Amino acid sequence: MRLYFRYLSILFKSQLQYRTSFWLLTVGQFFVPFSVFAGLYFMFDRFGQLREWSFFETALCYAIIHMAFALSECFVRGFDAFSGLISRGDFDRLLVRPRSTALQVLGSQFEFTRFGRLLQGIVVLAWALYKLPIEWDAAKAATLVLMILGGVLIFAGIYVLFATLCFWTVQGLEIANIFTDGGREMAQYPLNIYQKWVTLFFTFIIPFACVNYLPLLYLLGRADGDPVRYMLQPLAGILFLLPCLLVWRIGVRHYRSTGS
Amino acid sequence: MRAYLSVWKLRFINGMQYRTAAVAGIATQLFFGLIFIMVYVAFYGQGSSHTNFPLPDLVSYVWLQQIFLSFIMLWFRDNEIFALITGGNIAYELCRPCGLYPFWFAKLVGQRLSSAVLRCFPILIIVFFLPQPYRLSPPPSPAAFALFVLALLIGLVLVVSVSMLIYISVFWTLSPTGSTLMISVAGEFFAGMVIPVPLMPVWLQRVSDFLPFRWSADFPFRVYSGQIPASDALWGIAAQLAWIAVVVGFGQWSMRRALRQVVVQGG
Repeated sequence: MRLYFRYLSILFKSQLQYRTSFWLLTVGQFFVPFSVFAGLYFMFDRFGQLREWSFFETALCYAIIHMAFALSECFVRGFDAFSGLISRGDFDRLLVRPRSTALQVLGSQFEFTRFGRLLQGIVVLAWALYKLPIEWDAAKAATLVLMILGGVLIFAGIYVLFATLCFWTVQGLEIANIFTDGGREMAQYPLNIYQKWVTLFFTFIIPFACVNYLPLLYLLGRADGDPVRYMLQPLAGILFLLPCLLVWRIGVRHYRSTGS
Repeated sequence: MRAYLSVWKLRFINGMQYRTAAVAGIATQLFFGLIFIMVYVAFYGQGSSHTNFPLPDLVSYVWLQQIFLSFIMLWFRDNEIFALITGGNIAYELCRPCGLYPFWFAKLVGQRLSSAVLRCFPILIIVFFLPQPYRLSPPPSPAAFALFVLALLIGLVLVVSVSMLIYISVFWTLSPTGSTLMISVAGEFFAGMVIPVPLMPVWLQRVSDFLPFRWSADFPFRVYSGQIPASDALWGIAAQLAWIAVVVGFGQWSMRRALRQVVVQGG
């Protein structure tokens, strides 16, 4: 763990060396999802509401998934950019060091400019929370934090899974975008507006619903039944990440260097 | 002219090699198309009175966007030219016995066209047989279809000429990240990539009317579904051509200026 924070601070300093570029990118990252949010706003402007969901409820949904996405892009970037490590043959160097490979890959890259995106998520979150009549207590606040963390874990799991595939394919796969970008685009709306098969897939295979839609019902006071069941849903993120890491270890064992 | 045609052809053949990438792209685009349509269906499903843009038109709008993504995205994996400028290899390009502007232009058109050709037919076949309401409906008349193809191809030229401006701007900024990111985000928004232009508030539609982006994407797609009738479509094509004349003229002028003061970093 100490090692992880060492990696973190070193890469942070190295990225700050290019100061102008760093700030420009951060500001850019703030505005990229801005157009998506503007789209969301204009749709509600025209249609009033989406099924039984109001604009601010959807905005809450949007903010949570985008914050989770920004955090995962910042801290799990190493796995996202893993195909480069493989095709350059740099992975060999990681293997000879006496530390776990997952930790080293994790520490190989961070994208701190994604804080711009995170900031945008926070702004939307604050706006939505300010406008929504939620009665807050400790349990709900904890659920909110768990939702974001669970989301990060799921995105991390997807990155790890597709990084593992690189052991066999060498190249990164564009299809991973379905689950990261696609998952983000999809989960920014409440999940019950989609067709059954989409909902089922993203509840039981990749549990986006567990970190977003289901606990959201509890936050908004729409859940019926035991609240604890809804609160603990985001832990599904861990359930998703663990097998991914297992697959990763299998992948490492099968690794053959490209030799370059 | 023959030289540019063969550059175009080479790029086209080069692009056709990436078949696995195309398969992955097809899956991605089908998925995104379905998700977008589901969201719109949910919005429309509440007994709406917003009849200025009926659902079947919207569905074909979304599918055409996905199919011809490489025609309309301002941002299209071509870091090669950036690398040329920032890396100094531009010197080689300048040695070639042909104009730099048409040379890159032909290259970019070929790249986009090959990517679209690889992807469009499988997606087209699939989306024509999807169950309602996801099915892509055929255009209402042969005339609408002919106008659509014409508008789409002219739109391709327009989008390439706009993206040329982005490349030329790198001569001055030397760093392609910041400014191009902003331009492409704004451009894609005003081209109706985030939400279709007819669903924007009226004041925003006015704004997009005065920008070139809408004419390359939103306009041909609405000609396809017959939402823009044939007589208006001809006016639209005239607007496209006018934009091309302006943007290409400006691009060539600024490229000449950029090349006059270009400094090749040795190395």
